[in-house]
Amino acid sequence: MGSPILFGIAEVGYFVAMMIYIGYFIFKNKTMGISATTVAAAAFLSQTAALAMRWMESYNMGIGRAPLTNLYESLIFFVWCLMLGYLIIEFKYKNRTFGAFVTPIAGLALGFIDLTGISKEIEPLVPALQSNWLLAHVTMSFIAYAAFGLAFATGMLYLVLSTEKRTESSYIFWTVAGSVFLIVLAAMGADYFKFKMMGVSSEMLKSYLFKATFRSDSKPMALLSLLGAFAIIFSVWRYGYVLKRMLKSFGLSLEFLEDLNYKVVAVGFPIFTLGGLIFGAIWADQAWGVYWSWDPKETWSLITWLVYAFYLHAKYLRGWRGNKIAVLSSIGFITVIFTYIGVNILLSGLHSYGEI
Amino acid sequence: MADKNIVEKVWGFFTSVKLAVALFAIIALTSIIGTVIEQNAPPEKNIKLFTKMFGPASAPTAYKTADVLGLTDMYHSWWFTAMLVCFAANLTICSIDRLPRIKRVVDEPLKPIDMTEFDKYGIKKELSIEGNVEEAKAVVLTALKKLGMTPNATDPGGPNNRDIQFYAHKGRYTRYAVYVIHFSIIFILIGSVIGVTFGFSGYLSLPEGETSSVAFTRQEEEHPLGFSIRCDNFAVWFYGTSDMPKEYISWLSIIENGRTVLKKSIGVNSPLKYKGYTFYQSGYGVVPDAKGLIILNVTPKGGKTEQISLHVGESFTIPGTKLTGKITTFSPALSFDKDERPYTYTDNMNNPAVFIEVTSENEKEEKKSGWVVKRYPNTWKMPDGSTVELVDNYGYQYTGLQVRKDPGVWVVYAGCLFMAIGLYSAFFLSHKKIWVLLQPEKTKVNVKIAAFTNKNKTGYEGVINSVFDRLTQRV
Repeated sequence: MGSPILFGIAEVGYFVAMMIYIGYFIFKNKTMGISATTVAAAAFLSQTAALAMRWMESYNMGIGRAPLTNLYESLIFFVWCLMLGYLIIEFKYKNRTFGAFVTPIAGLALGFIDLTGISKEIEPLVPALQSNWLLAHVTMSFIAYAAFGLAFATGMLYLVLSTEKRTESSYIFWTVAGSVFLIVLAAMGADYFKFKMMGVSSEMLKSYLFKATFRSDSKPMALLSLLGAFAIIFSVWRYGYVLKRMLKSFGLSLEFLEDLNYKVVAVGFPIFTLGGLIFGAIWADQAWGVYWSWDPKETWSLITWLVYAFYLHAKYLRGWRGNKIAVLSSIGFITVIFTYIGVNILLSGLHSYGEI
Repeated sequence: MADKNIVEKVWGFFTSVKLAVALFAIIALTSIIGTVIEQNAPPEKNIKLFTKMFGPASAPTAYKTADVLGLTDMYHSWWFTAMLVCFAANLTICSIDRLPRIKRVVDEPLKPIDMTEFDKYGIKKELSIEGNVEEAKAVVLTALKKLGMTPNATDPGGPNNRDIQFYAHKGRYTRYAVYVIHFSIIFILIGSVIGVTFGFSGYLSLPEGETSSVAFTRQEEEHPLGFSIRCDNFAVWFYGTSDMPKEYISWLSIIENGRTVLKKSIGVNSPLKYKGYTFYQSGYGVVPDAKGLIILNVTPKGGKTEQISLHVGESFTIPGTKLTGKITTFSPALSFDKDERPYTYTDNMNNPAVFIEVTSENEKEEKKSGWVVKRYPNTWKMPDGSTVELVDNYGYQYTGLQVRKDPGVWVVYAGCLFMAIGLYSAFFLSHKKIWVLLQPEKTKVNVKIAAFTNKNKTGYEGVINSVFDRLTQRV
């Protein structure tokens, strides 16, 4: 059994786990909760084995390198870190509520891989990437990203629970940010249905991402999707209280969420600073003779760093609490996503190894 | 003191956390612009971008405005530099302003607390140990040792004059950790200023076999090195027959006063350092209209291999035969189009090949003119059984070197090290205090514990609980 099969099992497993977690969230059925955890843990084990095998396969191909060097591998590793972090939290705090909020992030990442058609091949490394710094820089960056992802999930949950009125800015923030995630997930689902299951495919199309909806060749479809997106935002905004009511019955306290939110940021921030920024700078210095060149990826990781520095200072020195802090941690993760994916898609620079 | 003087006002402005938080936001937001507008790029590129954004009519105006505002090289513009200076000033002054207060907290000696205060602490615990005071003392001391504490003890006191209190703290210096991080950032900024002021950053494209005593700045100005550097050879290897480079290496010599003082081969991730200058392998390319040497291994059928080197246009004979080969063309990257016509597909030395025109004095001798390709051994075979191998070419390629002199880099590295230490202490260590009161009774000793930590209260509470519970259960 090769690594692609194991990755496939893990991918399906995470999607199934996502459905059951959401089901558990809605019906509060204990058996459902246990099966969600079982499926997620099994998928995680399968993914762990797949990563190890991919590493070995690269040696058998005579390339021999850690599976962390292109966009595909880094996304897979991100999902792995995220699920590991999530399973630790679930085990430690005996609470499965986050599952319904964390697994969609994993689903989003995996869907992105399939729909953009990024290369899954084990490719040899260009000379600049042949460095021992690669492993430390990439591993630590993604552990931090996963921690920030968990902070995002707890921050959003906090906002769902703490907001009261529809006119409150924090309420608007979580409903809009939440619906954007939902819309992206739904649009990816539509792409998946149209191009993978129905088999409507075209050799010319490099990336299927949003081709069934927003980027559709038919103008009315694209327009309809846009209207649909607004409808989703509106309904989430209008009926957000339903989610709050459901969440309330799980007995999650706001203090617990705020504390957990800080805890994961406090793990992510130092790891990101050291592994992402400092190790990255040292490596760039060794390879290119510049430790900092204001390339878009570097600049965006600095922006991310500043957002979390803002978070820490606002919390400790300005006494910011509650909603404001939760919003900040969510904005932080949005900049993480942009640093990681947005820069690769929209901007160019030294980190173009991760190109789609 | 109603009206403060100007120094106090400026000081006050820079000590505010509001300024710090505002600077985080402003620097983060303005930085975005520079990731959208391509920096230090030829104007056409950004005009194209502006055309997409604002339409063709306003694009030139938009570009001019951006250029005037420094947005085309914004990270080096006066206003961005000013923001970074503000940031550094804020960081320094804020830290200096707070340090005395923190020092007081750190230096404050730990004192025993009053019996009544034990209930007021966030972390508290009560238990009793069977046995006399000495036994209880032993248990408590073991527990405190497990917690990494070396406690002080009070003389017996309290209502019965028999109560003993142990008190200890550790990790008080971790309260400085945040300031270590702040100063590490200052260090990094100072290091980068030293680098920009006293350093040099440029490049040098050095063809094989050539020597240079200068490097070039980005503005193509000459920069004397004070010594000479020669590229003895350059080679690039590819993965299989793909065009993906696996490794490229330059063999360099440093020449001073006519003497070769250093010879080293460099690759990506392994530069050459000499007299403060570092030469990084950054790229390579083909020298236009080069008249380099072609190196061939010629082996007649069953004969001995002979290595020959010659220029394009020159001829050679295959020993022991009447065959003469003339090199008519050199291509750095040979490919054939769909009509089987040869063409050079890239400017890089990806697939070097020579066209050898073979003639013979003996009309009947088998001969065939054709391309000899370095990568494909089957093209080396001649019809008569001899082989002509394209071994190398010399003088056709240049090695692209990034040249840097940065006396500030060690300051930056030191800053990075301080930052790592500071981050670890700030996020994973804390200042922990503990007080343990022993109140002996007839057959047991009542123990009251109070503890404090400036971080991760639940974690510390858990450790205290587990250590004391395990020890007292054993007794």
